Amino acid sequence: MAALTPETLPAPATVPEPGARPGRPRRFRAWRGVILFFAAVYFLVPLIASFAFTVKEPDQGFSLDAYGQIFSAEGFGRSILLSLGLGVATIALVLLLTLPAMLAVRLSVPKLRPVLEIVCTLPLVVPPITFVAGISRVLQWGPDYLATTPLYQTIISVQNPDFPIVLVLAYVVLALPFAYRALDAGLGAMDVRTLVEAARNLGASWPHLLFRVIVPNLRAALASAAFLTLALVLGEFTIAQLLSYQTFPVWIYTISDSQAQVSVAVSVFSLLITWLLLLGLSSAGARQRSGS
Amino acid sequence: MSAADTPLRTAAASRRGRTRSRTWLAAVPLLAFIALIFGVPLLVILGGTFSRGGTFSTANLTDSVHGAYLTALTGSVKLSALVAVLGAVLGTFLAQAVVTSRFRALREAILTASGVLSNFGGVPLAFAWIATLGNSGVITSALGLGDRGWSLYNFWGLALVYLYFSIPLMVVVVVPALDGLRPQWREAAQNNGAGAWQFWRYVGIPVLAPTLLGGVVLLFGGAFAAYATAKAMVGASVPLVTLQIDAALSGNVLIGHENVALALSLDMIVVAGLVMAVYLPLQRRSARWLR
Repeated sequence: MAALTPETLPAPATVPEPGARPGRPRRFRAWRGVILFFAAVYFLVPLIASFAFTVKEPDQGFSLDAYGQIFSAEGFGRSILLSLGLGVATIALVLLLTLPAMLAVRLSVPKLRPVLEIVCTLPLVVPPITFVAGISRVLQWGPDYLATTPLYQTIISVQNPDFPIVLVLAYVVLALPFAYRALDAGLGAMDVRTLVEAARNLGASWPHLLFRVIVPNLRAALASAAFLTLALVLGEFTIAQLLSYQTFPVWIYTISDSQAQVSVAVSVFSLLITWLLLLGLSSAGARQRSGS
Repeated sequence: MSAADTPLRTAAASRRGRTRSRTWLAAVPLLAFIALIFGVPLLVILGGTFSRGGTFSTANLTDSVHGAYLTALTGSVKLSALVAVLGAVLGTFLAQAVVTSRFRALREAILTASGVLSNFGGVPLAFAWIATLGNSGVITSALGLGDRGWSLYNFWGLALVYLYFSIPLMVVVVVPALDGLRPQWREAAQNNGAGAWQFWRYVGIPVLAPTLLGGVVLLFGGAFAAYATAKAMVGASVPLVTLQIDAALSGNVLIGHENVALALSLDMIVVAGLVMAVYLPLQRRSARWLR
């Protein structure tokens, strides 16, 4: 039992097995196997069963029809395009708002940083359903109180069902905490002040500085903020449903009554989309780590 | 940084002053946006909660903690607490199994899957489980569970489904902390004659405690705010505060009592705020050991 792991790990001549730690009792192995087995059952069975559900046919026994029907189903194209459009608009707006603010606070008013952090974390405290309760009440002001003012037109136009700007605004608020954390990590990993001062001393203008110096250095953090925002918007149900807009998740919900198989097929499909998005995210993060 | 004593410093100081006055403005759009889009709805919730029929009143708040609304609130708290505690315990065991695993590929696969599954909520999650264990689900019909009185559409079914994203979230939260438990601590404990139980009781758990508690709190918050999964799975048959807010917003409420939805929202924000007030300091504390 005198096997000791040195505090500073020198590269050992013979690596035993990755992950194996000296001095660990053998009986832990069985315990681990049991846990991993039950976890595998719990997490894999619903995925496999969902897939089985979508390919089950009363007559032929197996058919991928449900997946074919996704694309021809009424409203699929419109709802996914709406969700993607909302995602792109949300990403653009959230980055345009947070990046300059975070740079400014880091460079010139560091005292405000904790304030900005708290303000950007606050949306996590407010459950989306309570947020939408407030929003829907504000939207009612349009017809109730503001009918004679120019604000009325604004309130009507943000609710345009073809592209509800009100959803973009709400999603920016929901995405703020994630975008803030991603960008804060990215900014913390580089020496912003030196870069800015060097660029300014060389005569770079602020837009030039932002797009040619800061943004390229922040590529991975920006990608991570964008991916998280996109995943959030593509999956958001609460706000869209309660404000009656047919985004992609709301569409899945509405077709479930008439086409159960298709709605489960879309659910499997949307899990795959999330999976791909997050794989893209983690590989972007890995590239950033190996690059720096 | 006080009074400048050379012309050079004066120039630098004044330049910095000018830069500050301009760059500061870049933070204004964000703060204005938050104040308008986030602050106004919150103020409306607060104002609406304390008004009924145009006058100041605490009736909405009183209503929101009585009768069916109280049942919904306690139902939500019970469900979230169950999911949080179970999810934290199971997630920690799974994370420990992963961290001590000899197979790097397995570890990477489980960590990636945890990242994905912890985000797998909402409507698709509900439908995946309905296809599995719902009334006509694949497993339900394969095992004939329907005849034995099985139903997914109740409190326990919701807990089972919520754990599907809570356990992976706990794994994501706790793996870095478990990685931070240095082998030297275990060796030191063993060389001093401690058994596995004593190691965990006196070293492992105390070091992990802030992370574990933080995880419980995070899971609670996630389950408490969840709406889409419950809406798609049980409609309104399980009393949950999110479903009650939905019902009240959709007009399923006494005439003149519409603001009860806002009062319920305020109740939720208070609970969620308390949860965050516990979580953030814990997160800071747990970060101390993970350098």
